[in-house]
Amino acid sequence: MNINSLIAKTYIVSNKKLTAVAVLGVLLGMSIYIFMNSMMVGFDKSSTTSVFKSTAHIRVYKDDEISKALIKQNESKALIINPKVVPVNNTIINPNLVIETILKQKEVVVVTPQVNSNVFYNNGKSQISGLAVGVKPDEANLMYNIKSFMVEGNFDLLKSNPNGIVIGSGISEKMNLRINDNLNLTSSKGVNRTFKVIGVFKTNNSVTDKTKSYINISASQQLLKEGTSYITDINVNITNPENAEAVAKSLSEITGHKAEGWKQANETLMAANKMRKIIITFVSLTILLVAGFGIYNILNMTVSQKINDIAILKAIGFKGKDVIRIFVTQAVTIGFLGVIGGVLMASILITILKSVYVGGDIGYFPIDYEPKKYLQGIVIGLVITFFAGFIPAKKAANVDPVEILRK
Amino acid sequence: MNILETKNIDKYFHDPVEFQVLKNISFDVKKGEFLSMIGKSGSGKSTLLYILSTMDTDYTGELFIDNQLVTGQTKDQLAELRNEKIGFVFQFHYLLPEFSCLQNVMIPALKLGKLPEKEIEQKAYQKLEILGLQDQALKSAGKLSGGQQQRVAIARALINDPLMIMGDEPTGNLDSKNTNIVFDIFQNLTKNYGQTIIAVTHDDDFARKSDRIIEMRDGEILK
Repeated sequence: MNINSLIAKTYIVSNKKLTAVAVLGVLLGMSIYIFMNSMMVGFDKSSTTSVFKSTAHIRVYKDDEISKALIKQNESKALIINPKVVPVNNTIINPNLVIETILKQKEVVVVTPQVNSNVFYNNGKSQISGLAVGVKPDEANLMYNIKSFMVEGNFDLLKSNPNGIVIGSGISEKMNLRINDNLNLTSSKGVNRTFKVIGVFKTNNSVTDKTKSYINISASQQLLKEGTSYITDINVNITNPENAEAVAKSLSEITGHKAEGWKQANETLMAANKMRKIIITFVSLTILLVAGFGIYNILNMTVSQKINDIAILKAIGFKGKDVIRIFVTQAVTIGFLGVIGGVLMASILITILKSVYVGGDIGYFPIDYEPKKYLQGIVIGLVITFFAGFIPAKKAANVDPVEILRK
Repeated sequence: MNILETKNIDKYFHDPVEFQVLKNISFDVKKGEFLSMIGKSGSGKSTLLYILSTMDTDYTGELFIDNQLVTGQTKDQLAELRNEKIGFVFQFHYLLPEFSCLQNVMIPALKLGKLPEKEIEQKAYQKLEILGLQDQALKSAGKLSGGQQQRVAIARALINDPLMIMGDEPTGNLDSKNTNIVFDIFQNLTKNYGQTIIAVTHDDDFARKSDRIIEMRDGEILK
C-alpha cells in the first residue's frame, strides 16, 4: 500500500467515532437526495399517466378564426374594427388526407380522429349532462389504453355494435345502469338516440367518471347531424411525449391546422410539476451540501489536531501534494462509505414506500428505483465530499513546518 | 570532505520590527563530524539550524549540501532532499502517536520508496536494535516513555542512511539518564558508523563531549 494511503487509513481507523459521524452525515444526505428525487420522478410519471388516460400527446384541430378588417391599416385614415369569431364550421377539411400526412411523419405512433359531442344522458326522468366521445375503438384503445381501466363489460364490443356505449362508473351508479341496459342520449343539436351499455370504465377521476362516455365515431357524427367527414379533432401519439411540443409545431406547419402538445394543454399541471421539481431539487441538494459541510468540519478539525503530524511529515520529506493526498483520501473514503450506505438506505426507504397504498387513481405510492437519480446522487455526493476534503487538505499542505516545530 | 557549507547567510525577522537574526554566517561541516551549536536563547542557533535543514527558505546567502547549491530549489525538491539526506530529531520526540514504533521508523523509507517493504521492515528492526528497542517495535508510539520515544525518533532519523542528522535540542526534554543514553548513541553513531551530526543544545555538558562546538551570540558565530 502506498504510504499516503496507509497514513490516511490509519487516521480513519484510529478515529472511529469521527469517521462514523462523517459517514453518517453523507449517508443521510445521500439517501434523502436519492429518495426525494426518485419520489419526484414517480410523481411526474403518475401525473403524466393520468393525463394520458384522457389526453393524447398532440391534438390537431381547427382553431376559431377571428375576423379581420377588409381594408388595410392606413396612416391617413382612422380604422375602427371589432374583431369577432367567424361563425364557420370547425371541422377539419379532408380529414383522411390530413391523417395520412400525419402518419407519414417519423416519431408518430398512433393517429385517430375524434368527434366530441356534448350530450344529456336520460334515463326515465333523470338527466345528467356529459360528454360523449366519438372514437374508433381500436385506435382509441391504443392511444388511451381504455381497456386497462374497464371495470365491467368488454370495450371490443364497441366495434361490432354501432349503438354501443361505454360509460363512466359515476354515470352507471347514478342512473343505476348495468350491462345491456338502454341509455338515451340527447345532443346539443336536439338529436335523441338510444344506446346500449356494453361496458363501464373507472378512471378514479370522479369528474371524468361522472360525465364521460365512449361511443362510435359515426354515432357521434349522427348526434351532431353531421356526415362522415365531420372530424373536429385528430389525436396523435408519438414515441417520446417529451418531444410533443416540437412535433406539434412541425405538424401545425405541415397540415395548416392548429396542433397543440399535451404540455401546452395542461399548463397548470406542468407549472405545478415544475414547482415541485424546483423545491425537491433545492431541498435535496441543500441536505447533501450540509452533509458536505459535516465532512469539511470534521476534516478541518482533524487537520488542526494533526498539525504536529503534518509538520513532522513535511520535515521528513513529504511534499505538499502528499499531504493533500492523505487528507483527500480520507475524505473520499468517508464519502465512498457514505455513498454506499446512502444507496442502501435509499433503496430501503423506496422499497418501504412502494408498498404503501394511497388509493384514488394513484393506487400504490408512485415511487421507483430510478437509476438515473442514483447515479446523479452518487456523482454529486462524491464531488461534494472531494471538495469538502480538498479545502482543509489544501490548508494542511500549506502548513509551515518551521512554525510548528519551533513552538 | 565538506558535507555542508554556508556562504554569507543573512536572515531578517520582519515582524514585529525589522531585526537581523543571522549576520553573515559562513562555515562548513565535514563528514563524520559531531557538531554542537550552543548559545543563549535568541542567539539565532535554532534559526540557523532550520535554514540548514532546508525547511526555512527565507534567507539570503548560499547553502550547499553534499556540494550542491540548495538555495533557490523548489519546496518539492527540498522535500525530496530532506527525505533522502537529512534525518531529524526534535526536542519533543514528534512521533506519529497512532502508528506503531516500527511504522514510525519505516515511514521515511516508505516515502523514499527505494526498497521493497519487506526490506524496509528488516532495516527498521535493525535500527531499533541499535537503539535497544527491538522488543518495543510493535507497541503504539504513544505508549512509550519520553526517553524511549526519543530513541525511536533517532531510529527514524537513521532509516534512510542520511548524510547527516540534525537535532533541535534532542535532549532538551529528557532526564539526565536518558540524556546520557542519547548522547552515547550519537557518539556511537559518529565513531562506529561515520554519521555526521549537527545538534543545537542548551546543555553545556552535552556540547563539551562533542567533536566541535560552534557558539553563537547575537546572530554571529564566535570564533
